[in-house]
Amino acid sequence: MDILNGILVKPFADMAAAPDFLLQVLWEGLVGGVLYALIALGFVLIYKSSRIFNFAQGIMVVFAALTLVGLYEKGLPAFIALPLTLVVMLVLAMTIERVVLRPLVNQPDIILFMATIGITLFLIGFGELIFGGENKVMITEQLMIPTGSFVFELFGGFVSIEQKDLTAVVGAVLLVAGLLVFLNKSKIGRAIRALGDDHQAALSVGISLSTIWVIVWFIAGVIALATGIVWGARAGVSFALEVIAFKALPVLMLGGLESVMGAIIGGLAIGILEKVFEIYWGQPLLGGNTEAWFAYMLALLVLLFRPQGLFGEKIIERV
Amino acid sequence: MFYPTAGQFKTSYQADHALFPVRQDAILLGVIAVLAFVVFPLTANEFTFRALLIPVLIYSLAALGLNILTGYAGQLSLGTGAFMGVGAYACYKLVSIFPEMNIVVAIALSGFFSAAIGVIFGLPSLRIKGFYLAIATLAAQFFLVWLFQKWGWLYNYNASGAIQVPNIDLFGITVAGPRATAVAQYYFVLCTVCVITLFAINITRGRIGRMWKAVRDMDIAAELVGINLMRAKLTAFFVSSYIVGIAGALFVFLWRGAAEANLFDIPLSFRVLFIAIIGGLGSVLGNYLGAILIVALPVIISTVPEAFGLPIGSATVEHLNVMIIGALIITFLIVEPHGLARFWAVIREKFILWPFPH
Repeated sequence: MDILNGILVKPFADMAAAPDFLLQVLWEGLVGGVLYALIALGFVLIYKSSRIFNFAQGIMVVFAALTLVGLYEKGLPAFIALPLTLVVMLVLAMTIERVVLRPLVNQPDIILFMATIGITLFLIGFGELIFGGENKVMITEQLMIPTGSFVFELFGGFVSIEQKDLTAVVGAVLLVAGLLVFLNKSKIGRAIRALGDDHQAALSVGISLSTIWVIVWFIAGVIALATGIVWGARAGVSFALEVIAFKALPVLMLGGLESVMGAIIGGLAIGILEKVFEIYWGQPLLGGNTEAWFAYMLALLVLLFRPQGLFGEKIIERV
Repeated sequence: MFYPTAGQFKTSYQADHALFPVRQDAILLGVIAVLAFVVFPLTANEFTFRALLIPVLIYSLAALGLNILTGYAGQLSLGTGAFMGVGAYACYKLVSIFPEMNIVVAIALSGFFSAAIGVIFGLPSLRIKGFYLAIATLAAQFFLVWLFQKWGWLYNYNASGAIQVPNIDLFGITVAGPRATAVAQYYFVLCTVCVITLFAINITRGRIGRMWKAVRDMDIAAELVGINLMRAKLTAFFVSSYIVGIAGALFVFLWRGAAEANLFDIPLSFRVLFIAIIGGLGSVLGNYLGAILIVALPVIISTVPEAFGLPIGSATVEHLNVMIIGALIITFLIVEPHGLARFWAVIREKFILWPFPH
């Protein structure tokens, strides 16, 4: 009975007893979820346009953030370091397309997946070689991100919202909105979607595969930079950031590999649910740190009922 | 010329289906066996055993297990490290609950634990396919490593949270623990690997292996010709996890000597996956070639600057190492996506035909 009480009754009683704390937990989860959604978005874009399961998205986040901070430490002002980082990401995208992807066109999915793991290892070594492996501080103030926090008094307690988190959420919403407009309205966006639907048909109407791939990887790089800035402002810039790539995978599965909407909703859902589960069930009952696996178990559970994820394209099998 | 297969006629069905239908293959294997059983133990020193020979054997065993699942049955798995962990922790618990138990029996039994866990996490494969399935195995990876950390019973409530291998004797010779010699451990691992390889070759050649291959090539078509998908996939998970579990037990008991939970974390899984893919999916030989490459490469790279007297710090070497391995993986995938096993097949073909081009 004690166990049942601990699972079914006590967490909800706790939630009702301290609604301000619950709100705080939800907010923290939401911010985490926005970051997962951003990383998942980078995955989805690349998967949609080239059917490559890009494992390197996580290290691209680290690499972009490191480049930005590294350039700043070299003495460049922030407003020059930022565009220069974008140039670096563009060069990276072009290199990856030329050196890795072009020779591997038409290989099975798993080979391309392994190649992106190769890219990951290469970038880890390269990044550590150039910028050093130690933890760095994100140049939050130089990028004019506010750092204070708002405190709201609610339900007899208080909820504190950090301004940089708020900036992150607003920034992410703007980025996603811009991306959706770009994908749906612009010529290049339509070319990307066409390529995602059918490679051969897209090629035959004159869409250049390699150009689009460079553009897509560059966009993924820009998203990586945004994610890196936001996450770096919260937790510092280090190679430990790379593990958030693993958090984006269940987000993708939950939302469906092809769906931009799915990545966003999946990210937010996992961010919030894993935080709530950790605070109310994980820590009291399971000894904590359940965030390591909760997202995967949730995704697994959803997949058992919907094998293509919540918003993925229906898998049609033909013999 | 070097590999004349002409004139070796098969007069019976049995002879055609022998393990080595070509005489030269058997001779080559004999040479390798002599090298492994006699020459290496006589010439190798402690460092070579611990840094090269034993890890190559253990990693190739783990890759063999993964290859059965991914290469033969077509089910992508990213949770190999955790299944190795299950084997290691099961073996540790067996040895600490029954100290009298023979180590061979303990290792053989510990495989069944990881096989059972493997089948449980393999159940979603009946509904989920491809990369979506990889998530199911990643769930196993993260959940099991978390469990290794949090469940004190598994490591006998040690303060350190790590498992320590005690001294274990087999026929009067210490094979595991701090007192064991590297030669004894090498022979133990080598014998285990040989037995399991023989088993794996035969199971992949037989009815079950063909069933797996049919499922890998197209599962719906396989179902239509009367293959029970559930049985095929779950036996693949069972056999694969069993071998991987044994590799895990050897990994800790015969090589590392001690292990913490995070040893079985995702880098280990990827390492084994690299070996299987660079070696060649759907081949037994490839695992050994891949393991030799992946294990030997860092050792070689770290000795190169010393040999040339270049003044490079050890941290820099480490970073260069990671970089070079990443670049090499990409290069290998581009040059020969079917792995080193295919590479060997091409060379062998050339030898047979030499000096003629066709």
